[in-house]
Amino acid sequence: MNFADIQQQASRNWERFQSGETPRILVGAATCGRAAGAMEVIRAFREAQAADPTLLPVEIQEVGCLGMCFAEPLVEIRGPKGDRVLYESVTPAMVPDLVQEHLRQGRPISRNALCRMPDGQQGEIRDEIPLFTDLPMIHHQLRVVVRNCGFIDPSDIDHYIARGGYSGIARAMEMGPDAVIEDVKLSGLRGRGGAGFPTGLKWGFARKAQGDVKYVICNADEGDPGAFMDRSVLEGDPHAVLEGLLIAGYAVGANHGYVYCRAEYPLALERLRAAIDQMRNKGFLGENILGFGFAFDVTIKMGAGAFVCGEETSLMQSIEGRRGMPRSRPPFPANAGLFGKPTNINNVETLAAVSAILEKGGAWYAGIGTEKSKGTKTFSLAGKISRTGLIEVPMGISLRTIIEDIGGGVLDGKGFKAVQTGGPSGGCVSAEHYDLPVDYEHLAQVGSIMGSGGMIVIDEESCMVDVAKYFLGFTENESCGKCVPCRMGTQHLLRLLTGITGGQGSEDDLETIRKIGDTMKKASLCGLGQTAPNPALTTLDAFMDEYLAHIRDHKCPAGVCKDLISFSIDPEACTGCMACAKVCPVEAITGTKKQPHAIDPQTCIRCGACRQACKFGAVRVE
Amino acid sequence: MTTTEDLTTSLRTILEKYDTSRDNLIPLLQDIQEHLDYLAPEAVSLVAEHLDLSENDVYGVATFYAQFRFHPPGRHRIKICQGTACHVRGGGMVLDAISRKIGIVPGETTPDGNISLERVACFGSCALPPVMVVDDTVYGRMTPRKSEKLIEDLE
Ligand SMILES: Cc1cc2nc3c(=O)[nH]c(=O)nc-3n(C[C@H](O)[C@H](O)[C@H](O)COP(=O)(O)O)c2cc1C
Ligand code: SF4
Ligand code: SF4
Ligand code: SF4
Ligand code: FES
Repeated sequence: MNFADIQQQASRNWERFQSGETPRILVGAATCGRAAGAMEVIRAFREAQAADPTLLPVEIQEVGCLGMCFAEPLVEIRGPKGDRVLYESVTPAMVPDLVQEHLRQGRPISRNALCRMPDGQQGEIRDEIPLFTDLPMIHHQLRVVVRNCGFIDPSDIDHYIARGGYSGIARAMEMGPDAVIEDVKLSGLRGRGGAGFPTGLKWGFARKAQGDVKYVICNADEGDPGAFMDRSVLEGDPHAVLEGLLIAGYAVGANHGYVYCRAEYPLALERLRAAIDQMRNKGFLGENILGFGFAFDVTIKMGAGAFVCGEETSLMQSIEGRRGMPRSRPPFPANAGLFGKPTNINNVETLAAVSAILEKGGAWYAGIGTEKSKGTKTFSLAGKISRTGLIEVPMGISLRTIIEDIGGGVLDGKGFKAVQTGGPSGGCVSAEHYDLPVDYEHLAQVGSIMGSGGMIVIDEESCMVDVAKYFLGFTENESCGKCVPCRMGTQHLLRLLTGITGGQGSEDDLETIRKIGDTMKKASLCGLGQTAPNPALTTLDAFMDEYLAHIRDHKCPAGVCKDLISFSIDPEACTGCMACAKVCPVEAITGTKKQPHAIDPQTCIRCGACRQACKFGAVRVE
Repeated sequence: MTTTEDLTTSLRTILEKYDTSRDNLIPLLQDIQEHLDYLAPEAVSLVAEHLDLSENDVYGVATFYAQFRFHPPGRHRIKICQGTACHVRGGGMVLDAISRKIGIVPGETTPDGNISLERVACFGSCALPPVMVVDDTVYGRMTPRKSEKLIEDLE
């Protein structure tokens, strides 16, 4: 079958999916949806369907993540009158009403409706339900990488094709490899795996490298804790990534691709496997793809739980069946990579952007973003923020817009303190830079980095020394131990930070932290050790007074470090609601209803649960 | 309980699926652990033999990766996320609560073999913290109380 026929068939399937003929239930069943209970909701719909055969024409389908994870489980219902409404926080208990009202009567229930979905028919939709694109979380976004996530059935290749998928590779093969590389250069795309290296340039190196066998790798290790962009794309639109890998292979002259995906992402792996099978069936993999004489195949490799395996040289060692230890460069992977052959490696998001770029052209992509940071970037919003989730915005948008408008501000109306960007190798951007445009250059200017796109919002109740200690604990644990500056440096920094949070630090320690940090940056073999001190160094710069409070006054101003705090209840503010006593894990809180409560300091393990639970701010920490 | 002979037979069936090149080492170990729940010494020997590597070499690789276990885990596996997003939203409290409740620290299995407890550095469900995984089900928005309730039902 030629590509035009494949597209036509796909369009017919897509139109059937989109048309109002069959009422539909689409459940966001990516990992985040499932964690919030999506599978129980699906079960409830299936039971309702089985119990009432007149509902049988309804199709229940799993879709990926729309990015509004805070409102999961999300269910879109397309009723008999064609109106499409997205419901939030759906529970099995809500299912009978949704079935009766919306599915049977065509009357959307506005109570739990989050929004109306685009392309819906007029139906009887009520005006009080806002449109998807008018939601404050969605309004500022621009979807390129996550263009299909949550809108298509990720297990149906036709959906991807009908929305423009695989026309990128078709166009690429008409242009020829050199023109493809030029187009990617023109787009200005920079690698989204962390370092931000221009993708077109990198492809050029691999193309020029001598060798009859070459490889391309998709890096889906996503080891950064707090980052889940790659997972969401793989689960919601695996073909966007695989098409990007195919294009990369064609451009550099590789006939074999690997996807290295972490084992902690079982659903992403499942979606990838299914997608590769479908590609084979349609002729997007194999000997003579779409009749252009290009041969390509893909193998999936599962990670085995080592953060350092996200580093490219280490990742290749791991694929070869060795310990994932980085090696020094040069030689660069472009010349001697996997099995010693020229290899090009790109991040998941980079590749998903590539397939859009080849579909729409490099000039189109270059029109988005800023001078030196082109295009869009996905971020995972997490931490102390109201609307947690996955967003995609044009480069250059302000931090304030991201956190206030898109993310709905700091959780529970608490004060904004900082946002941690770039994961363990990143830094904290403090409140004074709230209006910073978010792109590679500006983040670097304030001592942080874009990294892969994790954004952890930190409020006034979080301790910055504790945050630094947390990251050093992570990197110390994940250091592969091959080189001394990183192995010893992370241990030493962790020991110093632990001392400070325990009230045993001295002011000299701060100087020592700086010295060790500088040495690690200069002397470590790979990016892990070179960036591991960043969380300590950046917090030291921006939050010196917090460090000094721990050291000089033996106080943790944020009330986090267990050795330096004690909890009590302010009898004036306490209403006696008993919420704190219910959550206390060691029953340290006593008191009767409507009477002020009290904490027994002997029993209290300073976990902070009561402070979180109290709605009246009556729990004091000192 | 399987006998050594059964074990060898079932392992051989797995081994047969892989040719003898070294890059099959990690997938093979993953496949075996999927079936046995851990890497028994017999399994390591057979893998070494199949790929023509020394046992040392196989252990050297297997111990590098956090995924591999050399002792059988409990009947139920509880994993609690200690990633950044979960950390700032109380993942530590959940871990402490479970640890206190079942009387073991992360990395251990209860003496009756019922539950093993692990800390994990991020499941990618960071938007619903704190996150906990019981066997293969992911639970978001945990609290110490909710997590204790969840494991009370584990037999
Ligand atoms: C310790 C460490 C961990 C890394 N982890 C990842 C990762 O999980 N995913 C990723 O795409 N890149 C990761 N990288 C960056 C890769 O080495 C490499 O730069 C990237 O995959 C290149 O793809 P890109 O050009 O598309 O960004 C990591 C780097 C280091 C030093
Ligand atoms: S910097 Fe750290 S992780 Fe990287 S090679 Fe050295 S010891 Fe290993
Ligand atoms: S939760 Fe707050 S108001 Fe309620 S009893 Fe406890 S301290 Fe008092
Ligand atoms: S800090 Fe924790 S242990 Fe102490 S009283 Fe509050 S809930 Fe109980
Ligand atoms: S930090 Fe817990 S799931 Fe990511």
